[in-house]
Amino acid sequence: MYDFAYQKPSNVADAVAALGADPEAKAVAGGMTLIPVLKQRLNRPSVVVDLAKTGLAGITAGAGSITIGAMTTHAAVAHSADVQRVIPALAALAGLIGDEQVRHRGTIGGSLANNDPAADYPAAALALGATITTTKRAIKADDFFQGMFTTALEPDELITKVEFPAATKANYQKFRNPASRYAIVGVFVAQTAAGVRVAVTGAGQGGVFRHTAMEAALSKNFSADAIADVVTPADDLNGDIHASSEYRAHLIGVMARRAVAAAA
Amino acid sequence: MGFEGIGAAVRRKEDLRFLSGRGHYTDDINRPGQLYASIRRADRPHARIKGIDTAAAKASPGVAAVFTGADMAADNIGGLPCGWQIHNKDGSPMAEPPHPVLAVDKVRHVGDPVAVVIAATRQQAKDAAEALVIDYEDLPSIAGLRDAIAPGAPLVHDEVAGNLCYDWHIGDKALVDAAFARATKVVKLDLENNRLIPNAMEPRAALGDFDSMSGDYTLFTTSQNPHVIRLLMGAFVLHIPENHLRVVAPDVGGGFGSKIYHYAEEAIVTWAAGKLKRPVKWTADRSESFMSDAHGRDHVSTAEMALDADGHFLALRVSTLANMGAYLSTFAPCVPTYLYATLLAGVYKTPAIYVEVKAVFTNSVPVDAYRGAGRPEATYLLERLVDVIARETGIDRVELRRRNFIANDAFPYQTPVALQYDSGDYTATLNAALKVADYAGFAQRRAAAAARGKLRGIGVSTYLEACGIAPSAVVGSLGARAGLYECANIRVHPTGSVTVFTGSHSHGQGHETTFAQLVHSQLGVAMDQIEIVHGDTDKIPFGMGTYGSRSLAVGGSAMVKAMDKVIAKGRKIAAHLMEAAVDDVEFKDGKFTVAGTDKSRALAEISLAAYVPHNYPIEELEPGLEETAFYDPKNFTYPGGCHIAEVEIDPETGVTTVINFTAVDDVGRVINPMIVEGQVQGGVAQGIGQALLEAAIYDKSGQLLSGSMMDYTMPRADNLPNITVGTESTLCTHNPLGVKGCGEVGAIGSPPAIMNAVVDALADYGVRHIEMPATAPKLWSIIQAGRPRLAAE
Repeated sequence: MYDFAYQKPSNVADAVAALGADPEAKAVAGGMTLIPVLKQRLNRPSVVVDLAKTGLAGITAGAGSITIGAMTTHAAVAHSADVQRVIPALAALAGLIGDEQVRHRGTIGGSLANNDPAADYPAAALALGATITTTKRAIKADDFFQGMFTTALEPDELITKVEFPAATKANYQKFRNPASRYAIVGVFVAQTAAGVRVAVTGAGQGGVFRHTAMEAALSKNFSADAIADVVTPADDLNGDIHASSEYRAHLIGVMARRAVAAAA
Repeated sequence: MGFEGIGAAVRRKEDLRFLSGRGHYTDDINRPGQLYASIRRADRPHARIKGIDTAAAKASPGVAAVFTGADMAADNIGGLPCGWQIHNKDGSPMAEPPHPVLAVDKVRHVGDPVAVVIAATRQQAKDAAEALVIDYEDLPSIAGLRDAIAPGAPLVHDEVAGNLCYDWHIGDKALVDAAFARATKVVKLDLENNRLIPNAMEPRAALGDFDSMSGDYTLFTTSQNPHVIRLLMGAFVLHIPENHLRVVAPDVGGGFGSKIYHYAEEAIVTWAAGKLKRPVKWTADRSESFMSDAHGRDHVSTAEMALDADGHFLALRVSTLANMGAYLSTFAPCVPTYLYATLLAGVYKTPAIYVEVKAVFTNSVPVDAYRGAGRPEATYLLERLVDVIARETGIDRVELRRRNFIANDAFPYQTPVALQYDSGDYTATLNAALKVADYAGFAQRRAAAAARGKLRGIGVSTYLEACGIAPSAVVGSLGARAGLYECANIRVHPTGSVTVFTGSHSHGQGHETTFAQLVHSQLGVAMDQIEIVHGDTDKIPFGMGTYGSRSLAVGGSAMVKAMDKVIAKGRKIAAHLMEAAVDDVEFKDGKFTVAGTDKSRALAEISLAAYVPHNYPIEELEPGLEETAFYDPKNFTYPGGCHIAEVEIDPETGVTTVINFTAVDDVGRVINPMIVEGQVQGGVAQGIGQALLEAAIYDKSGQLLSGSMMDYTMPRADNLPNITVGTESTLCTHNPLGVKGCGEVGAIGSPPAIMNAVVDALADYGVRHIEMPATAPKLWSIIQAGRPRLAAE
């Protein structure tokens, strides 16, 4: 780890100001990505701005939606009675992230802002059509994710909360990388007032993406059989020592069918 | 307090310390004025070092020194020695290229140490190490075995033609060829043994200290054998006599073989401490461990069995390529020879065996012994081959094994590949395992799984290993450059408490408990009055350390021998005190008794008399009650047994789930069944890791692709089933305890059981063999490619 300055502002405005004041500054939420990166000397921020005291944690259930504060941990989401009631698939997804320790440190805002191509939350946000509220604006999930580790966020812009519309049916199926336990393929299927969406994480070269062919099939007939013959091209998928792009393409089908079958 | 002697499941004395975070590991030790070392390692597999610019590093804040290979050469520092010399078929010695502590002209693998920076803090040392400018000229490189022996392959060492370290053989080739000529059937199998990265929980660390007044060096290090490190480093590398060199291996968090060897970092910090007259500490981070701890396994083999019409094994022919990595690690050459080829008889009475082994240099991390060391490779080859034979002859795989077992009345049994087994009952362990695993009920479970859309398979492995290493004269004749005895010192204190000084080293095995049970049993001393001391060359007379499941069989036997001496002396003292003849004095349950009388003296009374010798046979006996014994084993010990794995494969994803695992082992006499169970479970966990999950993956050039926990799949709790452990013991006939060893059996017997189960599960897909690890994508591809015969019918 290289030396860096450390700030722990007590409100969002101060955090934004600190980030705006220094182009080399980095925000840390739960630190589950940033701290390992710092320890490996792969990043060299001048100042680390800790968001822990910015008051951004918390879950509120609205009429037909769930709103989760950016600094809410995965464990809090997984164990929230409100989330379990309104969008049980979202609570279940949070319970699949990392391990127990990671779930008690990692946050939804951190995960979305990082947009790791193998992270779980981007699939939920995209499939449910979440709205990501920042210190500057509200961004639709469709506009937020812009390629691996890339989002619509500006350098001094922080996520404050995420609103997920309730789903009539939703489920997330994750096929883990056996080593890292990140998603090799994760498929979130959701049927909301806006329609059916299928979002895939872990597999795409550009990060999370919507599987429109499956969405079309499921819109007509929300059943596993409806997508049994939908072929996923392997061309734009990742291949690595753990899974070829062909295997990922196949797993997208398997995970999607399982998600549809399990969706409640 | 209940029974705590031999056979009791006494709770581990050391666990309170370990589980409450109060262990004392090398990195916990800090010395006044201590500096920190950071090692700059090669980031490429093969390159000529054209120059190293140290100016910026030397000017970096906090830096005390920067050293390169040239600095060590200028101090006449030797290379890292190899402890075993193998001879080629033609009798010539193996190629033994230099292994400089810091690279001199070339780097030969990713992770090869090039320079060391020593600074006031760890971060300053790392900063400065990054500031070193190394001018490399990249050279062609190879990591794979077949690539390395191909004509025209790049040479890892210019002086080693064909990258061939040795071309060795064992067995009677003519006899084997003759058997093949008359065989009814020959079954051939090509297979690989995947390369593994040990990943002990505690990364390696070393702290060198130097006392400029006395000239004494002290090395604290994460070692399984501190005396061996003192011998190798003192005699061959740094030229420090033993009286000026103390090596301490304190609590060590797991070794599995990877902490046997003398590593460069140990020599670097010790030498640098002397140069700088300051303590110097180095602690590996996990990324360094991946590229600097010796790896394990990495064989490519062809095996052929000649059979008669009834499926009797007539002869076995094996040809193996073994990866040595870029340099010879301490014991590397003996692993694919005397710990591998000699095991290829297994539990079978195959009358003729011939094995050829070529050891090969590649641009990869050195490969050496890893839990099981050669024996897992042998067992995997043999037990996979037996299953293939069963399938291709139509003989039931259990019946085929029974038909070829060495019979119970055949011991001592001389194999065609050098070893002589002293005892065993392979039918007993097989029968017990079949019963525990409900082998007979498998067909029903397979049908039930099929109804759920899952492919269920069961796999059997009947294995044998040789451990308790080793008879010194025998291993000496085979190329070992050291003896393999063990030493124990038993100190009975004046009030009757006991300290045991043992050359065995505990790094998770529970010695503080097991050894105390031995002393409690033999001397009748209460468990809480027995202390086990290990890991310090200043305290223990000598020791060869812990590996090869030798601590109890060899180290424990030394204790028994030393305690016998204590009792013999005690009887003389007791005879004097009780005015009886020595021959009439018996020792039992901690008391010396005059036979046929009620006269007795407790051990504590005898020890007090020995240290306060007022009424004492001083003319004939020296005061004190402390004895040392060295025990040199008469033979290897031969644990064996049967492992049965049951797996389910999800045909949609290729994911294998181990449903249950049964291990019934013959480990000889059991001192502490709880510790045996733990050892077997841990070994099986590693075996399942090898079979299903773990693979050190290099690209063709030698870049390590699986260089972190993000990419190297260590087994985790949720990868493992409940593991049922049983024992069916026959006693070792040649050591005083009758023990055989249990540290490696789990890792040796389990991989083929798992893989036999995986192949069994995919029987309908026309698959003959699957290489480890049986990952989900690999099985999915097989399932995709194989047209299920059932479907075709």
